[in-house]
Amino acid sequence: MTFRANHLLGIEHLRQDEITTVLDLADRYADDNRNGVQHKDVLAGLTQINMFFENSTRTQASFELAGKRLGADVMSMAMAQSSVKKGETLIDTALTLNAMHPDLLVVRHGSSGAVDLLSQKVNCAVLNAGDGRHEHPTQALLDALTIRRAKGRLHRLSIAICGDIAHSRVARSNILLLGKMENRVRLIAPPTLMPSGVSEFGVEVFDNMAEGLRDVDVVMMLRLQKERMDGGFIPSEREYFHRYGLDAAKLALAKEDAIVMHPGPMNRGVEIDGTIADDINRSVIQTQVEMGVAVRMAAMDLLARNLRARRAEARATQGKMV
Amino acid sequence: MNDILFTNARLIDPVTLQDVKGALVVKDGVIVATVTEALDTVAANYPARDVIDCGGMCLAPGIVDIGVKVSEPGERHKESFRSAGRAAAAGGVTTIVTRPDTLPSIDTPETLEFVARRAATDTAVRVLPMAALTKGREGREMTEIGFLMDAGAVAFTDCDHVVADTKVYSRALTYARSLGALVIGHVQEPILSKGASVTSGKFASLRGLPGVSAMAERMGLDRDISLLEMTGAKYHADQITTARALPALERAKRNGLDITAGVGIHHLTLNEFDVADYRTFFKLKPPLRSEDDRIAVIEAVKSGLIDIICSMHTPQDEESKRLPFEEAASGAVGLETLLPAALRLYHSGMLTLPELFRAMSLNPSRRLGLATGRLLDGAPADLILFDPDAPFIMDRFKLQSKSKNTPFDGARLEGKVHGTWVAGTRIFGGA
Repeated sequence: MTFRANHLLGIEHLRQDEITTVLDLADRYADDNRNGVQHKDVLAGLTQINMFFENSTRTQASFELAGKRLGADVMSMAMAQSSVKKGETLIDTALTLNAMHPDLLVVRHGSSGAVDLLSQKVNCAVLNAGDGRHEHPTQALLDALTIRRAKGRLHRLSIAICGDIAHSRVARSNILLLGKMENRVRLIAPPTLMPSGVSEFGVEVFDNMAEGLRDVDVVMMLRLQKERMDGGFIPSEREYFHRYGLDAAKLALAKEDAIVMHPGPMNRGVEIDGTIADDINRSVIQTQVEMGVAVRMAAMDLLARNLRARRAEARATQGKMV
Repeated sequence: MNDILFTNARLIDPVTLQDVKGALVVKDGVIVATVTEALDTVAANYPARDVIDCGGMCLAPGIVDIGVKVSEPGERHKESFRSAGRAAAAGGVTTIVTRPDTLPSIDTPETLEFVARRAATDTAVRVLPMAALTKGREGREMTEIGFLMDAGAVAFTDCDHVVADTKVYSRALTYARSLGALVIGHVQEPILSKGASVTSGKFASLRGLPGVSAMAERMGLDRDISLLEMTGAKYHADQITTARALPALERAKRNGLDITAGVGIHHLTLNEFDVADYRTFFKLKPPLRSEDDRIAVIEAVKSGLIDIICSMHTPQDEESKRLPFEEAASGAVGLETLLPAALRLYHSGMLTLPELFRAMSLNPSRRLGLATGRLLDGAPADLILFDPDAPFIMDRFKLQSKSKNTPFDGARLEGKVHGTWVAGTRIFGGA
């Protein structure tokens, strides 16, 4: 087993074997969750604080449930209504919380890099639950686990990521992860929603969805992030759906057994046809949610092991000094 | 009797672009002789009250830094005239040309007089203030350019507030031309650059940061060049940082427009990837560029297409930098690191020492109509003595500036100033 990180800030700094370690452990947790096997001892005695500076329902619930399933004491703070509104800086908030000695800190923030910054100021394990347009590592890991379980492998697959890539942290983490695991990644988006310099990412770039979907194993749809747009990226939602929405005709170009994924929440009729989202033979959207809890359990378990090891080591050196 | 005789020096002459062994004589605050022959008898030929053996170190005209932000009035906790003056002296900068982007802006003769008074009492280096081109730097009404010139303003600029209204701008340029006033523009197309904190491209996308195309700079420059053709004003572009803007600048110069251009030292020595994991001390305006741009801009300095290197000294306190990257303030201090950073270009063989001092001392002096920046007989004895090879590791807490926001913290640099003289008076180094 290898997993050396102290924090889970992004996929960028994870190695291939570390990713496999998380997925292997998450795979077991996923089975145990289905079978009702309890693991209350894993994080027993540890405190997990969820700090969501951006509103979230599903990710926050998923992290909360993951922590509780492993026996942690979980506290969720809705930062959008807190002292941040009174002008407190991110670092002061971090230092305040740090003084309460949490063990695991789950953070979502609207600014890219904010979770990195926070992790430098605390001495617990930090999990990035999404920072601006930068990364959303647990989402990429749960997507990877979903693919691995559906396809039986996580390499040499052809995977199309479609939609609002420019504003998506999910896309960034997935591009990095799927690339590290040696898959062929295609990006499909109108050029206005494609990030700059994307051709240097080791991916194939398409602005025609039909061409991009041809013979892919996985179709990963993204939500149109209206809240991150400052206007004028697409002419209208109906034109967007016509050209980039996933419907039966476009999906027919992918492999016969291609799966359809979406990180949620979906805009039905904008990026995905409702009937496809609900098609149990193609859509693995509900599985993604299920894997989310398992992956977060695995990530927190591994980080907690490293945290305990670091603390034990610190105590040992202190003992020697005395 | 002369005042000072510098012997055994390596004279860096930006006028002749020579780098030779020699001696230099100062009397009554001016250079009275530079000697490069018969050095054995120089002490006898030029008797002086003080004889300084330079030990083979470099003697060069002091740096004239256009675009220094001293945070007085308004934010004295970030930088005062006293601290900026000390930083300049320690960095070999003998003239600072201050920016008007203070709180409030320097946009009336009264606020300019405040600056002049503070500078006179608190600093030993020369301080030449610039004033805003429009009131409050709001881009709506031109300032009292005539009165401000009478009060000592050497140039007019709204700094990073681009005058978006071309009617207002063209009138201000026309009026400035009638007075022979120098206008300094910030050439970034303001709407395209809005909200951007890095240059668009692979790095911006990897970090999920809002980027601006390098093309915004050329758009800004193209617009200003058109306005110059229209108005005939005397103009300087504060920072040209991209390869794409260079052909436009070259054409404008060839067409005989009265235009010069500068570049900040950070854009010559760092690139966009130095931001790494959201290091806010590397957040600048305009943002750091690609490596290709950096190389192209260095070559433009070498050819003389870009005239001036400046520090773009911008003090920011810890609070305004300890924020997520997008929210953090832009800018870096540079008075004390300008020379050692510039020497990186010398040590890497990209620019010679005379070429560096042409861009840091001679050209800014010429552009402002000053007699400094030269090792010529009759020029003011604004001099620096430095060892270009002395290595050190930069420790930001040792800076004289009140603000410590340098991107070179922890960097290995070479180049140490041993003495700074303004009008023949030593203001840094020595016993």
